[in-house]
Amino acid sequence: MMLEWGTLLYSWIISPFADYGFMKRALIACVAIGLACGPIGTILVLRRMSLAGDAIAHAVLPGAAVGFIFFGLSLPAMTIGSFIAAALMALVANVVTRWTSQKEDASYASFYLIALALGVLLISTSGSKVDLLHFLFGSVLAIDSESLLMIAGASTASLLLLTVLWRPLMLECFDPGFLRSVGGRGALVHQLFMLMVVLNLVSAFQALGTLMAVGLLMLPATAARFWSYGVVSRSSLAAGFGALSGFLGLLISYHANFPSGPSIVLVAGGLYLFSLCFGTRDSFRLILFPTPQHKES
Amino acid sequence: MAELDVMTARSTAIELRNLTLAYQGHPAVHHLTGAFKSGSLTAIVGPNGAGKSTLLSALSGQKSGIEGSIDFAPALQSPQGRASKLAYLPQQSAIDREFPVRVLDVVSLGAWRELGSFRSVSADIRARASEVLAAVGLIGFERRYIGELSVGQLQRVLFARLLMQDAQIILLDEPFNALDTRTAEDLLGVVLNWHRQSRTVIAVLHDLEMVRQYFPQTLLLAREVIAWGNSAEVLTTENLARARQTSEYWDDRAPWCVRPPESGSRG
Repeated sequence: MMLEWGTLLYSWIISPFADYGFMKRALIACVAIGLACGPIGTILVLRRMSLAGDAIAHAVLPGAAVGFIFFGLSLPAMTIGSFIAAALMALVANVVTRWTSQKEDASYASFYLIALALGVLLISTSGSKVDLLHFLFGSVLAIDSESLLMIAGASTASLLLLTVLWRPLMLECFDPGFLRSVGGRGALVHQLFMLMVVLNLVSAFQALGTLMAVGLLMLPATAARFWSYGVVSRSSLAAGFGALSGFLGLLISYHANFPSGPSIVLVAGGLYLFSLCFGTRDSFRLILFPTPQHKES
Repeated sequence: MAELDVMTARSTAIELRNLTLAYQGHPAVHHLTGAFKSGSLTAIVGPNGAGKSTLLSALSGQKSGIEGSIDFAPALQSPQGRASKLAYLPQQSAIDREFPVRVLDVVSLGAWRELGSFRSVSADIRARASEVLAAVGLIGFERRYIGELSVGQLQRVLFARLLMQDAQIILLDEPFNALDTRTAEDLLGVVLNWHRQSRTVIAVLHDLEMVRQYFPQTLLLAREVIAWGNSAEVLTTENLARARQTSEYWDDRAPWCVRPPESGSRG
Protein backbone atom coordinates (compact mmCIF):
# COMPACT_ATOMS: atom_id res chain seq x y z
CA MET A 1 0.00 0.00 0.00
CA MET A 2 2.70 2.45 1.07
CA LEU A 3 4.67 1.48 -1.94
CA GLU A 4 1.72 2.14 -4.23
CA TRP A 5 1.25 5.62 -2.79
CA GLY A 6 4.93 6.23 -3.09
CA THR A 7 4.91 5.24 -6.73
CA LEU A 8 1.87 7.36 -7.40
CA LEU A 9 3.41 10.39 -5.72
CA TYR A 10 6.59 9.81 -7.66
CA SER A 11 4.78 9.61 -10.94
CA TRP A 12 2.79 12.75 -10.16
CA ILE A 13 5.42 14.98 -8.63
CA ILE A 14 8.90 13.78 -9.44
CA SER A 15 8.82 11.98 -12.72
CA PRO A 16 7.62 14.89 -14.89
CA PHE A 17 10.80 16.72 -13.90
CA ALA A 18 13.01 13.67 -13.85
CA ASP A 19 11.91 12.34 -17.23
CA TYR A 20 11.73 15.46 -19.35
CA GLY A 21 14.60 17.89 -19.88
CA PHE A 22 12.32 20.77 -20.78
CA MET A 23 10.42 20.38 -17.49
CA LYS A 24 13.70 20.30 -15.57
CA ARG A 25 14.90 23.50 -17.25
CA ALA A 26 11.53 25.13 -16.73
CA LEU A 27 11.61 24.30 -13.03
CA ILE A 28 15.13 25.65 -12.56
CA ALA A 29 14.14 28.82 -14.44
CA CYS A 30 11.02 29.35 -12.33
CA VAL A 31 12.83 28.79 -9.05
CA ALA A 32 15.59 31.21 -10.07
CA ILE A 33 13.06 33.84 -11.11
CA GLY A 34 11.03 33.31 -7.94
CA LEU A 35 14.05 33.66 -5.67
CA ALA A 36 15.11 37.02 -7.08
CA CYS A 37 11.59 38.33 -7.47
CA GLY A 38 10.81 37.76 -3.77
CA PRO A 39 12.92 40.58 -2.32
CA ILE A 40 12.51 42.82 -5.38
CA GLY A 41 8.72 42.53 -5.28
CA THR A 42 8.72 43.12 -1.52
CA ILE A 43 10.68 46.35 -1.93
CA LEU A 44 8.35 47.47 -4.72
CA VAL A 45 5.37 46.87 -2.41
CA LEU A 46 7.04 48.78 0.42
CA ARG A 47 7.81 51.69 -1.92
CA ARG A 48 4.17 51.71 -3.08
CA MET A 49 5.38 50.96 -6.60
CA SER A 50 3.44 47.74 -7.12
CA LEU A 51 2.26 48.89 -10.54
CA ALA A 52 5.70 49.94 -11.76
CA GLY A 53 6.39 46.34 -12.77
CA ASP A 54 3.30 46.39 -14.95
CA ALA A 55 4.37 49.65 -16.55
CA ILE A 56 7.82 48.26 -17.27
CA ALA A 57 6.34 45.08 -18.73
CA HIS A 58 4.42 47.15 -21.25
CA ALA A 59 7.40 49.33 -22.07
CA VAL A 60 9.38 46.40 -23.52
CA LEU A 61 7.19 46.33 -26.60
CA PRO A 62 8.98 48.85 -28.85
CA GLY A 63 12.35 47.28 -27.98
CA ALA A 64 11.14 43.79 -28.76
CA ALA A 65 9.57 45.07 -31.98
CA VAL A 66 12.76 46.77 -33.15
CA GLY A 67 14.72 43.60 -32.36
CA PHE A 68 12.19 41.59 -34.34
CA ILE A 69 12.19 43.99 -37.32
CA PHE A 70 15.97 43.97 -37.69
CA PHE A 71 16.87 40.42 -36.69
CA GLY A 72 13.67 38.44 -37.14
CA LEU A 73 12.66 35.97 -34.50
CA SER A 74 15.94 36.06 -32.61
CA LEU A 75 15.47 35.67 -28.90
CA PRO A 76 18.73 37.42 -27.91
CA ALA A 77 17.97 40.40 -30.19
CA MET A 78 14.45 40.76 -28.87
CA THR A 79 15.58 40.34 -25.29
CA ILE A 80 18.29 42.95 -25.64
CA GLY A 81 15.84 45.28 -27.40
CA SER A 82 13.32 44.77 -24.60
CA PHE A 83 15.91 45.43 -21.96
CA ILE A 84 17.05 48.67 -23.61
CA ALA A 85 13.51 49.94 -24.09
CA ALA A 86 12.40 49.15 -20.54
CA ALA A 87 15.60 50.43 -18.92
CA LEU A 88 15.32 53.64 -20.92
CA MET A 89 11.70 54.08 -19.87
CA ALA A 90 12.57 53.54 -16.18
CA LEU A 91 15.51 55.94 -16.45
CA VAL A 92 13.50 58.73 -18.07
CA ALA A 93 10.57 58.26 -15.69
CA ASN A 94 12.95 58.45 -12.70
CA VAL A 95 14.71 61.55 -13.99
CA VAL A 96 11.37 63.28 -14.49
CA THR A 97 10.25 62.30 -10.98
CA ARG A 98 13.46 63.63 -9.41
CA TRP A 99 13.70 66.87 -11.34
CA THR A 100 10.07 67.93 -11.44
CA SER A 101 7.32 67.53 -8.88
CA GLN A 102 5.48 65.02 -11.09
CA LYS A 103 4.71 61.98 -8.91
CA GLU A 104 6.41 58.69 -9.70
CA ASP A 105 3.22 56.82 -10.68
CA ALA A 106 2.12 59.58 -13.05
CA SER A 107 5.58 59.69 -14.54
CA TYR A 108 5.65 55.92 -15.12
CA ALA A 109 2.13 55.95 -16.53
CA SER A 110 3.04 58.65 -19.05
CA PHE A 111 6.14 56.99 -20.38
CA TYR A 112 4.90 53.42 -20.54
CA LEU A 113 1.86 54.55 -22.54
CA ILE A 114 4.13 56.31 -25.03
CA ALA A 115 6.29 53.18 -25.25
CA LEU A 116 3.27 50.93 -25.64
CA ALA A 117 1.79 52.98 -28.47
CA LEU A 118 5.14 53.11 -30.21
CA GLY A 119 5.45 49.35 -29.85
CA VAL A 120 2.02 48.65 -31.30
CA LEU A 121 2.78 50.97 -34.21
CA LEU A 122 6.08 49.21 -34.94
CA ILE A 123 4.51 45.76 -34.75
CA SER A 124 1.64 46.67 -37.03
CA THR A 125 4.11 47.67 -39.73
CA SER A 126 6.43 44.71 -39.28
CA GLY A 127 4.60 41.92 -41.03
CA SER A 128 4.21 38.59 -39.24
CA LYS A 129 2.86 39.02 -35.75
CA VAL A 130 2.33 35.46 -34.64
CA ASP A 131 5.89 34.91 -33.44
CA LEU A 132 5.97 38.20 -31.62
CA LEU A 133 2.77 37.34 -29.81
CA HIS A 134 4.42 34.10 -28.82
CA PHE A 135 7.21 36.14 -27.28
CA LEU A 136 4.79 38.36 -25.42
CA PHE A 137 3.01 35.43 -23.85
CA GLY A 138 6.12 33.34 -23.39
CA SER A 139 6.62 29.62 -23.25
CA VAL A 140 8.21 28.18 -20.20
CA LEU A 141 8.45 24.81 -21.88
CA ALA A 142 10.66 26.11 -24.67
CA ILE A 143 13.52 27.33 -22.50
CA ASP A 144 16.86 26.21 -23.89
CA SER A 145 20.13 26.10 -21.99
CA GLU A 146 21.11 29.56 -23.15
CA SER A 147 18.00 31.27 -21.87
CA LEU A 148 18.29 29.25 -18.67
CA LEU A 149 21.79 30.61 -18.25
CA MET A 150 20.53 34.13 -18.80
CA ILE A 151 17.70 33.71 -16.28
CA ALA A 152 19.97 32.23 -13.64
CA GLY A 153 22.57 34.93 -14.34
CA ALA A 154 20.06 37.76 -13.98
CA SER A 155 18.73 36.25 -10.78
CA THR A 156 22.17 35.77 -9.26
CA ALA A 157 23.34 39.23 -10.27
CA SER A 158 20.21 40.78 -8.77
CA LEU A 159 20.58 38.99 -5.45
CA LEU A 160 24.25 39.98 -5.23
CA LEU A 161 23.52 43.61 -6.13
CA LEU A 162 20.68 43.68 -3.60
CA THR A 163 23.02 42.49 -0.88
CA VAL A 164 25.55 45.18 -1.72
CA LEU A 165 23.00 47.98 -2.02
CA TRP A 166 20.77 46.83 0.85
CA ARG A 167 21.53 49.60 3.35
CA PRO A 168 21.25 52.66 1.10
CA LEU A 169 18.25 51.07 -0.61
CA MET A 170 16.39 50.58 2.68
CA LEU A 171 17.28 54.11 3.79
CA GLU A 172 16.13 55.50 0.45
CA CYS A 173 12.82 53.73 1.03
CA PHE A 174 11.97 54.95 4.51
CA ASP A 175 13.91 58.18 4.94
CA PRO A 176 15.28 59.51 1.64
CA GLY A 177 15.81 62.97 3.16
CA PHE A 178 18.25 61.56 5.69
CA LEU A 179 20.15 59.65 3.03
CA ARG A 180 20.50 62.85 1.03
CA SER A 181 21.58 64.84 4.09
CA VAL A 182 24.42 62.43 4.87
CA GLY A 183 25.58 62.54 1.26
CA GLY A 184 24.18 59.19 0.09
CA ARG A 185 23.38 58.74 -3.60
CA GLY A 186 19.69 57.96 -3.19
CA ALA A 187 18.73 58.67 -6.79
CA LEU A 188 21.50 56.41 -8.11
CA VAL A 189 20.56 53.60 -5.73
CA HIS A 190 16.93 53.82 -6.76
CA GLN A 191 17.92 53.82 -10.42
CA LEU A 192 20.05 50.71 -9.96
CA PHE A 193 17.17 49.03 -8.17
CA MET A 194 14.77 49.81 -11.01
CA LEU A 195 17.37 48.46 -13.43
CA MET A 196 17.26 45.24 -11.40
CA VAL A 197 13.48 45.15 -11.78
CA VAL A 198 13.87 45.55 -15.55
CA LEU A 199 16.58 42.88 -15.74
CA ASN A 200 14.48 40.33 -13.88
CA LEU A 201 11.31 41.05 -15.78
CA VAL A 202 13.05 40.80 -19.13
CA SER A 203 14.78 37.56 -18.21
CA ALA A 204 11.48 36.17 -16.96
CA PHE A 205 9.69 37.13 -20.19
CA GLN A 206 11.18 34.25 -22.08
CA ALA A 207 9.68 31.80 -19.66
CA LEU A 208 6.43 33.45 -18.72
CA GLY A 209 5.78 36.17 -21.26
CA THR A 210 5.82 39.88 -20.57
CA LEU A 211 2.55 40.10 -18.69
CA MET A 212 2.80 36.86 -16.72
CA ALA A 213 6.29 37.75 -15.46
CA VAL A 214 4.83 40.59 -13.43
CA GLY A 215 2.62 38.05 -11.67
CA LEU A 216 5.61 36.17 -10.30
CA LEU A 217 7.18 39.50 -9.30
CA MET A 218 4.27 40.94 -7.34
CA LEU A 219 1.92 38.19 -6.14
CA PRO A 220 4.38 36.35 -3.85
CA ALA A 221 5.38 39.69 -2.32
CA THR A 222 1.82 40.85 -1.69
CA ALA A 223 1.00 37.41 -0.24
CA ALA A 224 4.02 37.35 2.10
CA ARG A 225 2.87 40.57 3.70
CA PHE A 226 -0.01 38.71 5.39
CA TRP A 227 2.40 36.44 7.25
CA SER A 228 5.34 38.55 8.38
CA TYR A 229 6.43 42.15 8.93
CA GLY A 230 10.20 42.51 8.73
CA VAL A 231 11.71 43.21 5.30
CA VAL A 232 14.04 40.22 5.33
CA SER A 233 11.46 37.71 6.54
CA ARG A 234 8.94 39.02 4.03
CA SER A 235 11.46 38.84 1.19
CA SER A 236 12.43 35.28 2.10
CA LEU A 237 8.84 34.18 2.34
CA ALA A 238 8.04 35.84 -0.99
CA ALA A 239 11.00 34.08 -2.60
CA GLY A 240 9.67 30.79 -1.23
CA PHE A 241 6.18 31.50 -2.52
CA GLY A 242 7.62 32.37 -5.92
CA ALA A 243 9.58 29.13 -6.17
CA LEU A 244 6.61 27.11 -4.93
CA SER A 245 4.33 28.76 -7.50
CA GLY A 246 6.75 27.77 -10.23
CA PHE A 247 6.89 24.17 -9.04
CA LEU A 248 3.13 23.67 -8.54
CA GLY A 249 2.23 25.69 -11.64
CA LEU A 250 4.47 23.54 -13.83
CA LEU A 251 2.98 20.33 -12.40
CA ILE A 252 -0.56 21.54 -13.05
CA SER A 253 0.35 22.69 -16.50
CA TYR A 254 1.95 19.30 -17.22
CA HIS A 255 -0.89 17.14 -15.91
CA ALA A 256 -3.84 19.24 -17.09
CA ASN A 257 -2.22 20.32 -20.32
CA PHE A 258 -2.68 24.01 -19.47
CA PRO A 259 -0.37 26.75 -20.76
CA SER A 260 2.44 27.09 -18.22
CA GLY A 261 2.61 30.89 -17.74
CA PRO A 262 -0.98 31.39 -16.57
CA SER A 263 -0.82 28.17 -14.50
CA ILE A 264 2.16 29.45 -12.55
CA VAL A 265 0.68 32.89 -12.02
CA LEU A 266 -2.67 31.41 -10.98
CA VAL A 267 -0.94 29.30 -8.36
CA ALA A 268 0.77 32.47 -7.11
CA GLY A 269 -2.63 34.14 -7.13
CA GLY A 270 -4.10 31.22 -5.17
CA LEU A 271 -1.34 31.58 -2.58
CA TYR A 272 -2.15 35.28 -2.39
CA LEU A 273 -5.88 34.67 -1.84
CA PHE A 274 -5.14 32.01 0.75
CA SER A 275 -2.79 34.41 2.59
CA LEU A 276 -5.33 37.20 2.38
CA CYS A 277 -7.96 34.96 4.03
CA PHE A 278 -5.91 32.97 6.53
CA GLY A 279 -2.62 34.83 7.08
CA THR A 280 -1.31 35.63 10.53
CA ARG A 281 -1.13 39.41 10.02
CA ASP A 282 -4.25 41.50 9.30
CA SER A 283 -5.87 38.83 7.13
CA PHE A 284 -9.64 38.53 6.72
CA ARG A 285 -9.62 35.80 9.37
CA LEU A 286 -8.21 38.19 11.98
CA ILE A 287 -10.47 41.05 10.95
CA LEU A 288 -13.65 38.93 11.02
CA PHE A 289 -12.75 36.91 14.13
CA PRO A 290 -10.62 39.17 16.30
CA THR A 291 -9.26 37.55 19.45
CA PRO A 292 -9.98 39.48 22.65
CA GLN A 293 -6.74 38.17 24.10
CA HIS A 294 -4.22 40.86 24.97
CA LYS A 295 -1.19 41.27 27.15
CA GLU A 296 -0.92 43.07 30.48
CA SER A 297 1.44 45.69 29.08
CA MET B 1 26.80 91.73 27.50
CA ALA B 2 29.89 89.70 28.26
CA GLU B 3 28.22 86.76 26.58
CA LEU B 4 27.51 88.82 23.50
CA ASP B 5 31.17 89.81 23.26
CA VAL B 6 32.14 86.17 23.32
CA MET B 7 29.61 85.53 20.59
CA THR B 8 30.90 88.21 18.30
CA ALA B 9 34.46 87.12 18.88
CA ARG B 10 33.58 83.65 17.66
CA SER B 11 33.96 82.72 14.06
CA THR B 12 31.05 82.48 11.67
CA ALA B 13 29.49 79.08 11.09
CA ILE B 14 27.12 80.02 8.27
CA GLU B 15 26.96 83.32 6.45
CA LEU B 16 24.03 84.31 4.25
CA ARG B 17 24.50 86.98 1.62
CA ASN B 18 21.44 88.41 -0.04
CA LEU B 19 19.86 84.96 -0.12
CA THR B 20 16.59 84.60 -2.02
CA LEU B 21 14.75 81.25 -2.11
CA ALA B 22 11.71 80.93 -4.32
CA TYR B 23 8.96 78.57 -5.41
CA GLN B 24 7.95 79.12 -9.05
CA GLY B 25 9.32 82.64 -9.03
CA HIS B 26 7.61 83.67 -5.80
CA PRO B 27 10.06 84.40 -3.00
CA ALA B 28 9.73 82.35 0.21
CA VAL B 29 12.87 83.93 1.66
CA HIS B 30 13.65 87.34 0.29
CA HIS B 31 17.11 89.03 0.22
CA LEU B 32 18.35 87.56 3.49
CA THR B 33 21.73 88.70 4.79
CA GLY B 34 23.33 87.77 8.12
CA ALA B 35 25.36 85.16 9.94
CA PHE B 36 25.02 82.29 12.40
CA LYS B 37 27.97 82.37 14.76
CA SER B 38 29.76 79.15 15.45
CA GLY B 39 28.54 77.67 18.73
CA SER B 40 25.40 79.80 18.81
CA LEU B 41 21.93 78.55 19.68
CA THR B 42 19.46 80.31 17.40
CA ALA B 43 15.70 80.07 17.17
CA ILE B 44 14.05 80.91 13.84
CA VAL B 45 10.66 82.39 14.56
CA GLY B 46 7.94 83.78 12.33
CA PRO B 47 4.38 83.33 11.10
CA ASN B 48 3.33 80.40 8.88
CA GLY B 49 4.58 80.88 5.36
CA ALA B 50 7.46 83.04 6.56
CA GLY B 51 10.03 80.82 4.87
CA LYS B 52 11.47 79.25 8.02
CA SER B 53 11.42 75.65 6.80
CA THR B 54 12.53 76.75 3.35
CA LEU B 55 15.54 78.51 4.87
CA LEU B 56 16.40 75.45 6.93
CA SER B 57 16.24 73.10 3.97
CA ALA B 58 18.43 75.52 2.02
CA LEU B 59 20.97 75.54 4.88
CA SER B 60 20.96 71.73 4.79
CA GLY B 61 21.66 71.85 1.07
CA GLN B 62 18.36 70.29 -0.01
CA LYS B 63 17.08 73.41 -1.72
CA SER B 64 19.18 75.82 -3.74
CA GLY B 65 18.80 79.58 -3.84
CA ILE B 66 17.95 81.55 -6.96
CA GLU B 67 19.98 84.52 -5.83
CA GLY B 68 22.69 85.27 -3.27
CA SER B 69 24.83 82.75 -1.42
CA ILE B 70 25.22 80.56 1.67
CA ASP B 71 28.81 80.36 2.89
CA PHE B 72 29.95 77.80 5.43
CA ALA B 73 33.00 77.71 7.68
CA PRO B 74 36.02 76.16 5.89
CA ALA B 75 35.49 72.64 7.28
CA LEU B 76 31.99 72.57 5.86
CA GLN B 77 32.56 74.13 2.48
CA SER B 78 32.60 70.91 0.49
CA PRO B 79 29.41 68.85 0.15
CA GLN B 80 31.28 65.93 1.75
CA GLY B 81 32.23 68.10 4.71
CA ARG B 82 28.64 69.19 5.16
CA ALA B 83 27.35 65.64 4.85
CA SER B 84 29.50 64.53 7.76
CA LYS B 85 29.39 67.65 9.96
CA LEU B 86 25.91 68.99 9.47
CA ALA B 87 22.76 67.23 10.69
CA TYR B 88 19.25 68.14 9.63
CA LEU B 89 15.99 67.02 11.20
CA PRO B 90 13.08 67.96 8.94
CA GLN B 91 9.47 67.93 10.03
CA GLN B 92 8.34 64.39 10.79
CA SER B 93 6.26 63.81 7.68
CA ALA B 94 9.42 62.96 5.72
CA ILE B 95 9.70 59.48 7.30
CA ASP B 96 7.66 56.51 6.14
CA ARG B 97 6.45 55.19 9.49
CA GLU B 98 4.92 52.09 7.94
CA PHE B 99 8.27 50.84 6.76
CA PRO B 100 9.30 47.81 8.82
CA VAL B 101 12.61 48.95 10.28
CA ARG B 102 13.81 48.56 13.85
CA VAL B 103 14.66 51.39 16.23
CA LEU B 104 18.25 50.22 16.72
CA ASP B 105 18.84 50.18 12.95
CA VAL B 106 17.48 53.71 12.52
CA VAL B 107 19.71 55.02 15.30
CA SER B 108 22.79 53.09 14.12
CA LEU B 109 22.46 54.74 10.71
CA GLY B 110 23.28 58.01 12.49
CA ALA B 111 26.86 56.72 12.35
CA TRP B 112 26.76 56.99 8.54
CA ARG B 113 30.12 58.80 8.54
CA GLU B 114 31.73 55.56 9.77
CA LEU B 115 29.33 53.16 8.08
CA GLY B 116 28.79 54.59 4.63
CA SER B 117 26.80 52.39 2.31
CA PHE B 118 28.77 49.21 2.70
CA ARG B 119 30.71 48.83 5.96
CA SER B 120 29.15 46.55 8.57
CA VAL B 121 27.66 47.80 11.82
CA SER B 122 30.24 47.07 14.52
CA ALA B 123 29.48 46.04 18.09
CA ASP B 124 30.83 49.44 19.12
CA ILE B 125 28.28 51.29 16.99
CA ARG B 126 25.50 49.10 18.37
CA ALA B 127 26.60 49.81 21.92
CA ARG B 128 26.73 53.54 21.21
CA ALA B 129 23.27 53.40 19.63
CA SER B 130 21.90 51.79 22.80
CA GLU B 131 23.60 54.49 24.87
CA VAL B 132 22.10 57.38 22.93
CA LEU B 133 18.71 55.66 23.07
CA ALA B 134 19.01 55.58 26.83
CA ALA B 135 20.06 59.23 26.77
CA VAL B 136 16.78 60.20 25.09
CA GLY B 137 14.80 58.07 27.54
CA LEU B 138 14.17 54.99 25.37
CA ILE B 139 15.60 52.03 27.26
CA GLY B 140 14.68 48.62 25.90
CA PHE B 141 13.30 49.95 22.61
CA GLU B 142 16.09 48.59 20.40
CA ARG B 143 14.09 45.77 18.82
CA ARG B 144 10.85 47.71 18.34
CA TYR B 145 9.68 48.68 14.84
CA ILE B 146 9.21 52.40 14.16
CA GLY B 147 5.60 51.75 13.17
CA GLU B 148 4.86 50.71 16.75
CA LEU B 149 6.06 53.98 18.27
CA SER B 150 4.05 57.02 19.28
CA VAL B 151 4.84 60.38 17.68
CA GLY B 152 6.79 61.41 20.77
CA GLN B 153 8.79 58.18 20.88
CA LEU B 154 9.65 58.47 17.20
CA GLN B 155 10.92 62.01 17.75
CA ARG B 156 13.08 60.67 20.59
CA VAL B 157 14.47 58.07 18.17
CA LEU B 158 15.30 60.79 15.65
CA PHE B 159 17.05 62.80 18.35
CA ALA B 160 19.02 59.68 19.26
CA ARG B 161 20.07 59.44 15.61
CA LEU B 162 21.15 63.08 15.71
CA LEU B 163 23.25 62.27 18.79
CA MET B 164 24.87 59.42 16.82
CA GLN B 165 25.62 61.82 13.97
CA ASP B 166 27.75 63.90 16.33
CA ALA B 167 27.51 66.91 13.99
CA GLN B 168 28.91 70.41 14.48
CA ILE B 169 25.90 72.15 13.00
CA ILE B 170 22.44 70.86 13.87
CA LEU B 171 19.31 72.10 12.07
CA LEU B 172 15.94 71.30 13.65
CA ASP B 173 12.61 72.01 11.98
CA GLU B 174 9.87 72.40 14.60
CA PRO B 175 11.43 69.67 16.73
CA PHE B 176 8.94 69.95 19.61
CA ASN B 177 5.76 70.04 17.57
CA ALA B 178 2.93 67.76 18.75
CA LEU B 179 4.95 66.53 21.73
CA ASP B 180 3.76 66.34 25.30
CA THR B 181 5.46 68.52 27.91
CA ARG B 182 7.68 65.80 29.26
CA THR B 183 8.99 64.72 25.86
CA ALA B 184 9.54 68.33 24.81
CA GLU B 185 11.44 69.04 28.02
CA ASP B 186 13.63 65.95 27.64
CA LEU B 187 14.49 66.81 24.05
CA LEU B 188 15.07 70.47 24.90
CA GLY B 189 17.57 69.15 27.45
CA VAL B 190 19.39 67.40 24.58
CA VAL B 191 19.43 70.65 22.57
CA LEU B 192 20.79 72.67 25.50
CA ASN B 193 23.44 70.03 26.01
CA TRP B 194 24.54 70.45 22.38
CA HIS B 195 24.80 74.18 23.05
CA ARG B 196 27.01 73.53 26.09
CA GLN B 197 29.25 71.40 23.85
CA SER B 198 29.64 74.49 21.58
CA ARG B 199 27.79 72.98 18.64
CA THR B 200 25.90 75.39 16.41
CA VAL B 201 22.18 74.72 16.74
CA ILE B 202 19.47 76.38 14.62
CA ALA B 203 15.85 75.48 15.37
CA VAL B 204 12.57 76.59 13.86
CA LEU B 205 10.20 77.14 16.79
CA HIS B 206 6.75 78.48 17.55
CA ASP B 207 6.80 78.55 21.36
CA LEU B 208 8.00 82.10 22.09
CA GLU B 209 8.17 81.45 25.82
CA MET B 210 10.60 78.62 25.23
CA VAL B 211 12.65 80.80 22.87
CA ARG B 212 12.85 83.65 25.39
CA GLN B 213 13.89 81.33 28.16
CA TYR B 214 16.38 79.01 26.47
CA PHE B 215 17.51 80.38 23.11
CA PRO B 216 20.07 83.21 23.30
CA GLN B 217 19.72 84.18 19.62
CA THR B 218 16.62 84.66 17.49
CA LEU B 219 16.04 85.25 13.80
CA LEU B 220 12.58 86.71 13.30
CA LEU B 221 11.64 85.93 9.73
CA ALA B 222 8.67 86.97 7.63
CA ARG B 223 10.10 86.23 4.23
CA GLU B 224 12.52 89.06 4.92
CA VAL B 225 14.47 89.53 8.14
CA ILE B 226 12.39 91.46 10.67
CA ALA B 227 15.09 91.27 13.32
CA TRP B 228 18.10 89.06 14.09
CA GLY B 229 20.13 89.10 17.30
CA ASN B 230 19.69 88.63 21.03
CA SER B 231 16.31 87.05 21.67
CA ALA B 232 15.19 89.67 24.20
CA GLU B 233 15.90 92.47 21.72
CA VAL B 234 14.35 90.64 18.76
CA LEU B 235 11.12 89.43 20.33
CA THR B 236 9.59 92.83 21.06
CA THR B 237 5.90 93.51 20.63
CA GLU B 238 6.64 95.87 17.79
CA ASN B 239 8.79 93.38 15.86
CA LEU B 240 6.27 90.59 16.33
CA ALA B 241 3.44 92.80 15.07
CA ARG B 242 5.54 93.69 12.03
CA ALA B 243 6.16 89.99 11.33
CA ARG B 244 2.44 89.23 11.53
CA GLN B 245 1.58 91.92 9.03
CA THR B 246 3.65 90.35 6.30
CA SER B 247 1.08 88.62 4.18
CA GLU B 248 1.31 85.09 2.80
CA TYR B 249 -0.35 86.42 -0.31
CA TRP B 250 1.11 85.44 -3.69
CA ASP B 251 0.48 87.99 -6.33
CA ASP B 252 0.83 86.47 -9.78
CA ARG B 253 0.90 89.94 -11.30
CA ALA B 254 3.56 91.21 -8.91
CA PRO B 255 6.38 92.93 -10.79
CA TRP B 256 9.82 91.28 -10.93
CA CYS B 257 11.95 92.20 -7.93
CA VAL B 258 14.87 94.37 -9.05
CA ARG B 259 16.60 95.24 -5.77
CA PRO B 260 20.32 95.90 -6.17
CA PRO B 261 22.25 93.12 -4.40
CA GLU B 262 23.70 94.99 -1.45
CA SER B 263 20.70 97.04 -0.35
CA GLY B 264 18.85 93.82 0.44
CA SER B 265 18.00 93.09 4.01
CA ARG B 266 16.73 95.19 6.83
CA GLY B 267 18.36 92.98 9.49
